[in-house]
Formats: sequence, structure tokens, C-alpha cells
Amino acid sequence: MRKNEVATREAYGQALVELGAEFPEIVVLDADLSKSTMTAKFAAAYPDRFFNMGIAEANMMGVAAGLAASGKIPFASTFAVFATGRAFDQVRQSIGYPGLNVKIAASHAGVTVGADGASHQSIEDIALMRTIPGMTVIVPADASETREACRAAVLHRGPVYLRLGRQPTPVLREKWGFQIGRATQLRDGTDVTIVACGVMVNVSLQAATLLEDEGISAEVLNMSTLKPLDITALLEAARRTGALVCAEEHSTIGGLGSAVSQYLASEYPVPVKCVGIRDSFGQSGSAAELMEFYGLTPQAVAKAAVEAVGMKRRK
Amino acid sequence: MELDYDLMRRKARVIRRHVIEMIGEAGSGHPGGSLSCADILAALYFGLMRLDPSAPDWADRDRFILSKGHAAPALYAALAERGFFPVDWLKTLRKLSSRLQGHPDMRKTPGVEASTGSLGQGLSFACGVALAGRLDGSERVTYVLLGDGECEEGQVWEAAMAASHYKLNRLVVFVDHNGLQIDGPVEKVLSPEPLEDKWKAFGWDVQRIDGHDVKTICGAVRSALESPWPRPHCIIADTVKGKGVSFMEGQVDWHGKAPNQEQVRMALKELAADEEK
Ligand SMILES: Cc1ncc(C[n+]2csc(CCOP(=O)(O)OP(=O)(O)O)c2C)c(N)n1
Ligand SMILES: [Mg+2]
Repeated sequence: MRKNEVATREAYGQALVELGAEFPEIVVLDADLSKSTMTAKFAAAYPDRFFNMGIAEANMMGVAAGLAASGKIPFASTFAVFATGRAFDQVRQSIGYPGLNVKIAASHAGVTVGADGASHQSIEDIALMRTIPGMTVIVPADASETREACRAAVLHRGPVYLRLGRQPTPVLREKWGFQIGRATQLRDGTDVTIVACGVMVNVSLQAATLLEDEGISAEVLNMSTLKPLDITALLEAARRTGALVCAEEHSTIGGLGSAVSQYLASEYPVPVKCVGIRDSFGQSGSAAELMEFYGLTPQAVAKAAVEAVGMKRRK
Repeated sequence: MELDYDLMRRKARVIRRHVIEMIGEAGSGHPGGSLSCADILAALYFGLMRLDPSAPDWADRDRFILSKGHAAPALYAALAERGFFPVDWLKTLRKLSSRLQGHPDMRKTPGVEASTGSLGQGLSFACGVALAGRLDGSERVTYVLLGDGECEEGQVWEAAMAASHYKLNRLVVFVDHNGLQIDGPVEKVLSPEPLEDKWKAFGWDVQRIDGHDVKTICGAVRSALESPWPRPHCIIADTVKGKGVSFMEGQVDWHGKAPNQEQVRMALKELAADEEK
């Protein structure tokens, strides 16, 4: 781990401890992964408000719903693949349908899980959670945004899906001023806008530097809330640069790229290129190797940006 | 608390009449499992539960969670009779924009504590409600009604494990043990028996009773709540699916079929004659 690199799950664990002191209604549930999701920190600080539900994710989601219906603010944590896949019907029926105030904070999302392989690499969780009416979907870009997003999730009434990563990643900013549904512009640009979330925000900033060398001015937006999407920021970007790239550590089916393209196609059509995992499962490898293998690199994002710009000019 | 068993018996008959009328009017619904649990609902809503229909959000109220959500008509009838909403609403069951959805919706119907319909989820929800009650230092009781076929769902047993692990002794589960599900007898489809042994093995205090006798139902709940053991309680209630309407009793086909006008008339006549006894 390099200096100033912190995993978002680590920041989540710390944030829970801080928020726990301030909000006595917060309770935390985990499914035998508390040392990995980092809820173990909360468990140590507030043992009476932590419930290990064992390897039974479906039940955990239902219990969280019941706690929320009784005035608590439950955070339910496990790996993203289990929180959204294994327990989808429980999240849909017991939490989503009644709009209960449950915060699903799922770690180990995406291929950066690494060596555990495809069974543990969630590449469809954003798609699944986005389809649930009333579900807020947040993918923080770094540790400090995670901390702010956790607080925002507590203050927001209603279900929230918070997608967290295993791998330490650079802290991009100390303060974000995170608000649900608000994108953050990280870099100005006039030729193309790169819209990214999670680990791909940093990758996209590097892509923008590469593009600069080629004489292309790229704007970078951190779209950390995928639902509700910041349509104001999107529209402005589309008007300003007229070409977009979406970059996410997720399947290109149903994630950020889908959300952005669908919106712009109907409101302000401009070329949109999607960088993500192309309809395939992951595999074992190191996080860095997998990012490379699946084309989640600055080079791949920059290439997509050049293509998007080209499509614009063809008009 | 004085228990008025005659009131409960009367209300059970009224609930059954409503069930037939509502499902007949809606043209679809689940009469069999609604009729089998009418006595349990009458005992809960007209005897056992501490409730205030004028303050449905009162924090210390007892909770009832209908995990077998397809019996919604029986729950709606009990809630209307208990004063949570006008009896008038019952005829809107399953209609567009109705507050009485085909399966319970806690956001639309006053008195409904959980949105159910996907079987197997209610006990988990109830564990959360009971845990919150403990955290709040409340004495309130959380009741759950499961179907016997529903006990085939793995999530029920995840929740059963959690309830006993966390010693949720203010949690009372009824299993509506009517022996039937959709495709046939529970024993033939995929037997969850022996249910008593299973619940015991999961750490629950278990009783087996006649689920159509309100006095027995009340007695079982009282003895459960007075038990000194820090265990959740399971009451396996032997019932007859379609109870009270002779041509529906024990008939698997009446699980999810609406009676036609003639059948409604016949059923109501039987339930009225019952009343004169
Ligand atoms: C998860 C799920 N699977 C299937 C169904 C469809 N379904 C509705 S009722 C029912 C049978 C329920 O049988 P039982 O639990 O014994 O209820 P009862 O006999 O009391 O009506 C089924 C399979 C459902 N509602 N939920
Ligand atoms: Mg049955």
C-alpha cells in the first residue's frame, strides 16, 4: 500500500464508528465478514448495537428491514455479490418495496477483489440495485468521499446502496462536499467529458492527462451517485463538450454507462462511449492485472475519448 | 386483561364472511389459507394484542406480521373490524388504486406492519422488529403467521436460527398447519415434517394446538409468554384449509381460486348458519 492510499471499505469502517457515537439509532449487521467489510470496528466500539447474522444474507436483509420499520438505522454489510445477488428478493421485497431506511453497505465490489475470482467479483450489483424503485445508489471515488457518503446516507431517509472496494486507492481529495445526487467536476475540459465512478475516477483523471498530451481537453466528472443521476451536470457536460465517455468497474450492461446513455439519448443525444466490463465474468489475478486485462486503464479510457471526439466531428 | 372468547368466536365468523365476500367481489384471491387462519387472527386482534387503532404508530404496540401474505383478506378483515379503517374499504380489495393490495403493503394499509407476499421473509423481518423492541427496552410482543408450505423456504430457518441465537423470547410464531400448499399436500410436495422436532432443534419453545379453538390459542400464547426460558416461541396450529365452508375444507383447489356468485351465496349461508349455533 502506497502512502495516502486507503480502501473505501476501510473508510466505511471508520465512518461507522464516528457516526455511531452521534446517532444512537444506528445498528450494524454483518454476515460473517465483519473483518473484511470493516464493520468489526463498529462491533468493537458498540457491541450492543452490532448483530452478526451469520452466513445467512437473505435473513440479514429481512432483519435489517424489521429494525428500520421500528425506527433504527441499520447498516447491513457483506460482499457486494452476496448483498445484491444472493439476497436480491429480500432487498426488493422487504426493503425496497416498503422504502425502508436500510443502508446496504457492500464491500469487495468489482474485479479489484482480485485473487478470489469471479465468484466473489460483483460486476452486476449496480444494475440490480438501480432497478429497485426508490433505491439510492452511491459509488464513492475514494476514502474521504466514502466518509461523507456514509453521513449523507444516515441523514437520508430511505434505502441506500453503498458500493465499496477492497483495494486501497489514492485519496483524491480531503473534502468533497458530497451530496446525494450531485456529481463533482474534478477537471475542466472542452472536447470531451469523462463521467466516472469508484476506482475509475482516478483512472479517468490519468486518462485526461494522457489526452492533454494529444491535444484533447477532457473534463472529468465524478458521478458518485448513480441514482438519482445528476442530470443537470450531465446535460451541461453534453452541451459543453458534446461527447462523453463513461467509465466504471462494472458490467457495461446496466451500470453508469447505461444510465448516462439512456438519459442523454432521450434528452440531448451526443456520442457516448462506455468503458467497463464487457459482458463477461471476472477471474483470479491481482487487482492491477485484472484492471489491465478488462481494459479499465487510463489508455483504454483515453482511446474511448478519442473515439467519442471523432464521432462528434463526423457530424 | 379479560379475554372475551365469545367476542373472538363471533369475530372469527365475521372475518370468514368478509373473506368470502371480498374474494368473490375481487374475482381472485386465496380463500383456503385465509379461512384457516381466521381464528388465530380473531384471538390476536380481539384478545391478545395490545393495540390502539387510533394510534397505529404507537411505539409499544404489539406487532403482527403476516408472513404468508396471500392470506391478506383475513388480515384486512381483522383490521377493519378492529377499527383500523372503514369496513367499506374491504370491497376494494385487489382493485386499481385500492389501499388493500393483493398482498399486504405496510405503506398503503393502516395496521399492516410488513409488506409481504414473497414467502419466507416475514420471520426475518419480525426478528428485526423484536430486536429493536429489545434495544428500546419495550415489552411488546411480535407475532408472526407462517404457512406450513412456507416452512420449505430456507430463509425461514435462517431466521429461526437467528431468533434463538438472539434469545428473542418476545417473539411468537404461529404455523398455520393446514397440510396443504398449491401443488398438493405439504407432505407430498416437499415435506418439512416433523415440524415440531425441527423448531425444537432450532432452539425454540414449541407447542402444538388446535388452531380453531380461540381459548386454546390464547392459552398457548399466555403460557409461551410466561415461560421462564429465554427462547422464541413456536405454536404449531393444526387447522383445516378452507375452514368454515364445507365445499372448500381440505380442498387443495381452493387455495387460490375465487368463488363465483352462487358459491359465495352458499358459503355465506353456511357461515350464517354457523352463527346461530
Ligand atoms: C417465494 C414465493 N414462492 C412462491 C409463492 C407462490 N405461492 C403463494 S401461496 C403458496 C403456497 C403456500 O402454502 P402454505 O404456506 O402452506 O400456505 P397456506 O396453506 O396457509 O395457504 C405459494 C407457493 C410465493 N408467494 N412466494
Ligand atoms: Mg398450508
